[in-house]
Amino acid sequence: MAGYIFRRILQAIPVLLGTTFLIYFMVFAMPGDPLLALFGDKTPNPALLERLRQEYHLDQPFIVQYFLYLGGIFRGDFGTSFSGEPVSAILARTFPVTIRLAIMALFIEFVGGVIIGLVSGLRKGKLFDASALVISLIFISLPIFVIAFVAQFIFGIQLGWARTTVSTGAPIQDLILPAFVLASITFAQIVRLTRSSVIETQSLDFVRTAYSKGLSRRRIIPVHILRNSLIPVVTYAATDFGVLLVGATVTEGIFNVPGVGRTLYQAIIRGEGPTVVSFVTVMVLIYLVVNLVVDLLYGLLDPRIRYVK
Amino acid sequence: MSDRTSQNAPGTGGEQQPLLRIRDLEVGFQTTDGIVPAVRGVDLTLMPGQTLAIVGESGSGKSTTAHAIINLLPGPGRITGGSIEFDGKELTKYSEREMEDIRGKLIGFVPQDPMSNLNPVWSIGFQVEETIRANGIATGRKDVRAHAIQVLREAGLQDADKRLKQFPHQFSGGMRQRVLIGIGLSSRPKLLIADEPTSALDVTVQRRILDHLETLTRDIGTAVLFITHDLGLAAERAEQLVVMYKGKIVEAGPSKEILQNPIHPYTQRLVAAAPSLASRRIQSATHESASHALSDLDYAPTQVTEGLDLIAAAEERLEHTSRTKRPDAIVVKDLTKVYKIRGQGKGASGELIASDKVNFTVEKGTTTALVGESGSGKSTVAKMILRLEDPTSGSILIDGQDVAPLKGKGLLDLRRRMQPVFQDPYGSLDPLRNIGNTIGEPLHTHNVGDRASRKARVLELLDQVALPQTLITRYPNELSGGQRQRVAIARALALKPDIVVLDEAVSALDVLVQAQILKLLADLQAELELTYLFITHDLAVVRVIADNVCVMQKGRIVEAASTDQVFDNPQEQYTKELLNAIPGAGIALGV
Repeated sequence: MAGYIFRRILQAIPVLLGTTFLIYFMVFAMPGDPLLALFGDKTPNPALLERLRQEYHLDQPFIVQYFLYLGGIFRGDFGTSFSGEPVSAILARTFPVTIRLAIMALFIEFVGGVIIGLVSGLRKGKLFDASALVISLIFISLPIFVIAFVAQFIFGIQLGWARTTVSTGAPIQDLILPAFVLASITFAQIVRLTRSSVIETQSLDFVRTAYSKGLSRRRIIPVHILRNSLIPVVTYAATDFGVLLVGATVTEGIFNVPGVGRTLYQAIIRGEGPTVVSFVTVMVLIYLVVNLVVDLLYGLLDPRIRYVK
Repeated sequence: MSDRTSQNAPGTGGEQQPLLRIRDLEVGFQTTDGIVPAVRGVDLTLMPGQTLAIVGESGSGKSTTAHAIINLLPGPGRITGGSIEFDGKELTKYSEREMEDIRGKLIGFVPQDPMSNLNPVWSIGFQVEETIRANGIATGRKDVRAHAIQVLREAGLQDADKRLKQFPHQFSGGMRQRVLIGIGLSSRPKLLIADEPTSALDVTVQRRILDHLETLTRDIGTAVLFITHDLGLAAERAEQLVVMYKGKIVEAGPSKEILQNPIHPYTQRLVAAAPSLASRRIQSATHESASHALSDLDYAPTQVTEGLDLIAAAEERLEHTSRTKRPDAIVVKDLTKVYKIRGQGKGASGELIASDKVNFTVEKGTTTALVGESGSGKSTVAKMILRLEDPTSGSILIDGQDVAPLKGKGLLDLRRRMQPVFQDPYGSLDPLRNIGNTIGEPLHTHNVGDRASRKARVLELLDQVALPQTLITRYPNELSGGQRQRVAIARALALKPDIVVLDEAVSALDVLVQAQILKLLADLQAELELTYLFITHDLAVVRVIADNVCVMQKGRIVEAASTDQVFDNPQEQYTKELLNAIPGAGIALGV
């Protein structure tokens, strides 16, 4: 087991190097001079410009810039943003907010989706199942910003249950509404996946055998039906974490959440190489860790995988 | 129904109350077009401690009857009439909740397929322990565990305490079936329903497991309701027999009586067609007039005693083999295949010798059977001959030509002369292609003829395999298993090959259909001078189809001789074991 995790961590190294290089290159290749753009319409002082260029290593060739940046990361220095704030400080400020939001959304979509999907699957063709399918279809067809605005209007303005924008510290109660909105993108998929998986598992031979052993339905549903049905759902939900991080960009914009999405968007517009690359690197890192956790979880759910490797 | 039904259990004392009494049972499946009946008025009586077998082909309603007893009919299935009385209690009136107390505790169940009947994500121990707990046999962690070990030991798993933590995929099929038998008997039920408990297993494993089951149920005093499609097996294992056909009981009574003097025409055909029984009968050589080919898939009640065609086929074979020596079609020399396998331990790897210096020769126009249990390497040899796998060493000569260096066009020409038919008629036909396209595909691939001549050839082939020409536009899912296998044979014959490799080509079929296909193969061989390499695990079938037999075990040929020699005078212990494992082998028949 430990060997397996170690190998997976080793595998992550080339992935990280590759992604940072690609992102750095893309930011470098973006048209326009980021420093000139910073000054807007004003004509900058050539001496100041030169000093800034040297400070941010913008006078160096691309490959040198990249390695200087990479070297910095190993010393714990993620570079400095154009506003003069260390990128590491921005990371530390924004990531916890977005991760909190994404985990809340993941929790909502998983718990809600699995429960509704399970009941739907067990009552295939009944009223509950039909309504769940129709509602999930509506959620699948609506873009997230529509759902976000509607939710903001109904729950924030009409009913006054939640704040329409998130306050500076991003406390949990403020994040509930954005989390629900964020969860709605993939919630419907989880419902449908769980439903079809439950229907399939229900008709498998070992379920009939479980009944023939004298087990009650109350025991068979969680132990023999739900657990087997969850294997594909867990895989989906976990890879979905990445989708949630991306989806957070739109949701954070609408609800004014001080998270990764907004900050990253602004950094891309300004062509701030080190900021963009650092954000993306951390995202890739999170993604890799989540993937590793999923694979380990998968082995936990399905012993056939645990023993093959 | 025959008269014998009424005297169902003549020997048992009149005072004794039956354990299970089914009266006029009707089961139907709800569909959009109304209720489709599956079981139509079944009556049967089972006394305590007795064994009764229900025999029939797939779709006869035998499994449905069994499932109805414990109210585990699949989805739309409903009991629509009649009564099921178990130990004096009317089960059809029981609620779901009340049935839970009956299932497992009073009526044990052993399902058909050991591969799919254990939950793959829970350990064996867990699945045995939950049964013990649910039926209140033991409480408390240690007690339950001790009980689980005892149950598995009884079922024949000696190292049960060590294997409790293992998962189903770490067990062989036979071991899993032992676990399921253990679970079924764990609470010492009064009745055990065994639904084709060994159909998915090799013959020798089947024999060991059924012997064990018999000993266990006798010791506990459990009555057994045994569901099987194999008449020989049923007669060997049960005192009482019930033959079902299309949802009805056509004949019932003591096993030996039914086998020796079947009254109903369907039973007669079943007795005649069962290869396990036929192969014995050929030996005794007391056969009546041979009859012509079986023409339709259904039995017609007017045609009495038809179906001795297997014997006829075997007879023809005898004449035909006595002719002079023919040229060799297939020569296999020192054929070896080694697979590299990844071991269970850390970085360990090993080698699996699937085929170890295999030598044999098949003469043109004859049939050689490769026989062995699963894992014996017989399919590996077939794959190498078909050039689907490359041998590690050794050579294969087809009509004197070494096939190893063949590539491109040469290989294509070889494949044209040599065609396969595989085991699963459901899996080997493309569900999205109609029958005409399926049969014509090899012609298309090898660019034979034009559109019109290809179509003519397809129609001719349908005739040859005795399928109606109208099937040309139909799709595989509209056909029965036997019809699909005929289509697969027609496809193999499309290119007029010299050699046909039949890999378990009849193993998945019901006995009557199996008999028809075997007859068809024999006719085609006589007509087209085909050479067959017949791969099977079923020695009973070999008797009626093969001229020569090679018995394989662990990658090696342990015995190779003519079919008669192998059956009459087996040299190797392993061959004897295989022969003894043919169900019903020891029953004398009056036919």
